[in-house]
Amino acid sequence: MRRIGDPVLTTDRITLTFGGVTALNEISVKIRHHEILAIIGPNGAGKTSMLNVINGFYYPQSGSITWKGETRSRMRPYHAAAQGIARTFQNVALFRGMTTLDNIMTGRLLRMRRNFLWQALYLGPAQKEELAHRAHAERIIDFLEIQAIRKTPVGRLPYGLQKRVELGRALAMEPELLLLDEPMAGMNVEEKEDMCRFILDINDEFGTTIALIEHDMGVVMDISDRVVVLDYGRKIADGPPDEIRASAEVIAAYLGEPDQGEVRAASAPARRSAAT
Amino acid sequence: MDFLAAVFMTPFGNMWSNPEFVLEVVIGGLLSGVMYSLVALGFVLIYKASGVFNFAQGTMVLFAALTFVGLIERGLPIWGAFLIAIAVMVLLAVAIERLMLRPLVNQEQIILFMATIGLAFFLEGFGQLVWGGDVHPLDIGIPKAPFIVGGVLINEFDLVAAAVAGSLVAGLALFFQRTAVGRALRAVADDHQAAQSVGIPLRSIWVIVWSVAGVVGLVAGIMWGSKLGVQFSISLVALKALPVLILGGFTSVPGAIIGGLIVGVGEKVAEVFWGPAFGGAIEDWFAYALALVFLLFRPHGLFGERIIERV
Repeated sequence: MRRIGDPVLTTDRITLTFGGVTALNEISVKIRHHEILAIIGPNGAGKTSMLNVINGFYYPQSGSITWKGETRSRMRPYHAAAQGIARTFQNVALFRGMTTLDNIMTGRLLRMRRNFLWQALYLGPAQKEELAHRAHAERIIDFLEIQAIRKTPVGRLPYGLQKRVELGRALAMEPELLLLDEPMAGMNVEEKEDMCRFILDINDEFGTTIALIEHDMGVVMDISDRVVVLDYGRKIADGPPDEIRASAEVIAAYLGEPDQGEVRAASAPARRSAAT
Repeated sequence: MDFLAAVFMTPFGNMWSNPEFVLEVVIGGLLSGVMYSLVALGFVLIYKASGVFNFAQGTMVLFAALTFVGLIERGLPIWGAFLIAIAVMVLLAVAIERLMLRPLVNQEQIILFMATIGLAFFLEGFGQLVWGGDVHPLDIGIPKAPFIVGGVLINEFDLVAAAVAGSLVAGLALFFQRTAVGRALRAVADDHQAAQSVGIPLRSIWVIVWSVAGVVGLVAGIMWGSKLGVQFSISLVALKALPVLILGGFTSVPGAIIGGLIVGVGEKVAEVFWGPAFGGAIEDWFAYALALVFLLFRPHGLFGERIIERV
């Protein structure tokens, strides 16, 4: 039985601006241990900016982030990675010239002993260590069912598989918090089903906390424990999927004001918007 | 008619009648080609890891050689001078990362390229300011006497230079393909953000590649310097690395090696056998003409990564 625990990551009134544009406006979000949190919202709502703040690509102007009990004004990418935050990207960001296996092995770099000289010389202990990490990478390859493309340079793979390899690279880091930016974008129905299964299995088997951005409302409502809705950089809702589905403000954000047209169940138009 | 005969008939006739001489020319070409590979390698390393075409690679070769020869002239033993020169190149790499790359992170490639042009001018001036602008003769005790094997004349110095360059190149190729650090370097070359997201420390990686490129430059500088004397024109050797890179591909370590060998052999053979038809001195431009042909038909080079964009 899955048990959702205390918050592992808390953002406190994060504000991020680019010139005159406010991408995030005093966003406070808690990500709880072992949950699957979905971040949704219309395009330009600040969802990806939120992930970028959490893993240190963007530095917020104000607010603070608490991760594992340590509060700071911003993360740095290296520290985020070293302390167990892994992520994937909206537009697949793989190492295109490298094979699937090598891509996944890059996720093991931080787990290797930080002795660059040994590694550089590839002698004795370094060689043994490399083999151990290689075994771990192979387990991930089995888990994600991508054995057939182990040695294929990822630039040649179809999009759906690239997304899977990217997930594998993040998993290889054995993260405590996994940030997924539109893991199912551009996938067909079977690929989406596979991806949902992987996400649920990762959460279940490895106990990984997951925060994901997704546009497919069917998927969001199915797999997430909690949903945070952003609109124009503000948080307009935060709660379990059923509550979000019924929220008037969320419906308004997706469809415009209710008095401008007939309002149907939130999930139906949202599904339609995901299909486009 | 005479010209056509001189291009299409006479050279092959000459080759046929004197195969040992052909072999001698080819071997001479291979040996000098290894030296081109060495300079090209410095470019490839930096291009792979930071996506920057390092215009200053030639001046780094000059600067490293000047430092080395300057230390020797001040009475240091060869090994002492070599180690200190390595330390200087590593310090230079740290300074470049700190003062040039870090403020320019995530900028367009062209901006980084412009920055390396600035770096080239700086190093050129700084090196000559510190060590003087004269030609410094350099002799590190490699014998220069030619000897004859089976009727083929071989220059001993070229052979030593080729052995040094060859082992350096082999070591680097292994380093890139086999080690975790090499994988991290390749990852950084492919995608900075993704590399950061898996926790690869960009800054250390940059210091490592620029240091390695500096050390490769030092070795190339010592080799060229003992051949020609350490002087400003060494930095122009880097221009010969351009056609090598176009042939081999900017991202490929083996490509830099084979490209260097092809250019070395090609220009020697062209000079000796086709030179007369063009009135000589084609050694100077042959490599660039070859590069042009490659740019037309195989722009990613022999071994470079072919970039396929899905639309």
